[in-house]
Amino acid sequence: MSELPLIGEAVAIAAEPRLAGARIGVVTFPGTLDDRDAARAIRLAGASAISLWHADTELGEVDAVVIPGGFSYGDYLRAGAIARFAPLMTRIIDAANSEAKLPVLGICNGFQILTESHLLPGSMIKNDHLKFNCSNQILRVENNTTAWTSDYALDQEIAIPLKNQDGQYIADEKTLDALEAENRVVFRYVGANPNGSRRSIAGISNAAGNVVGLMPHPEHAVEAGYGPETPGGAGGIDGLGFFTSILTKIVGGAK
Amino acid sequence: MPRIVVDVMPKPEILDPQGKAIVGALPRLGFTSFSSVRQGKRFELTVDGEVTEEILAQAREAAETMLSNPVIEDVVNVEVLA
Repeated sequence: MSELPLIGEAVAIAAEPRLAGARIGVVTFPGTLDDRDAARAIRLAGASAISLWHADTELGEVDAVVIPGGFSYGDYLRAGAIARFAPLMTRIIDAANSEAKLPVLGICNGFQILTESHLLPGSMIKNDHLKFNCSNQILRVENNTTAWTSDYALDQEIAIPLKNQDGQYIADEKTLDALEAENRVVFRYVGANPNGSRRSIAGISNAAGNVVGLMPHPEHAVEAGYGPETPGGAGGIDGLGFFTSILTKIVGGAK
Repeated sequence: MPRIVVDVMPKPEILDPQGKAIVGALPRLGFTSFSSVRQGKRFELTVDGEVTEEILAQAREAAETMLSNPVIEDVVNVEVLA
């Protein structure tokens, strides 16, 4: 993966060796689309992006992993269902459940892969209106104690792109009640529910908070002038906090 | 060569958006007798040789672990086609 020049210099944190020492893996499956954007977001935050291939049998030295969006295996069978059985996913599932609690972020198809992997509860089905949805979406950060959201304020509203066909989050009432009671609803859609997701849930975490999945795309809102701009917002970089949050956790910064 | 058929359906309590779209379109073609449609999946697993109990057990396990997602779907049938 060749290094692309960084356009959003205004937001790029000056690369410190301490930050660049943080290694965040980005997994590519056949049909993944947003792996380069995710890698770019990681570099813009100041960390090193490590390319991981689905067929690899070893995870290597990474401090965290991003499973990016796209259409792994063409969404055949169910979105994320075939990718879930990739050799590398077995390593990631073990590492996320281990004592070390590897931080894992699943975005869009990555979220679907995490539910198929049972790292996160529930599942995604087709949007209730049956159409592909592509829009700028406002989310409320309802848990800022996870590995991926610590740089946001509680109840902060952020604007990032949402683009999917199978984005309707569903789980049984018992699971939904447990998620709410355990403060594991990390993001909720603000305004009209864009896809029929139960209780307007946009993203959730596992019990430990190291695994987070969401349908919208923070990696598309990390450069000034490119992400959704909202009145009083940060100018299109509302997604950058995911990547600075994990960097803060890895390097043990003050927060 | 014998085939094992696996049928998977969305759970009854799960809204099936595809089935809903189909039931909405049927009356436009004059098919007015159907009040509900649910869309499932049928898999045909071909076996080279005889279908033993062990192979059938494998098919059932594959149906539960990969061909269906127990959160949203039920395996409603696993049978051998003659």
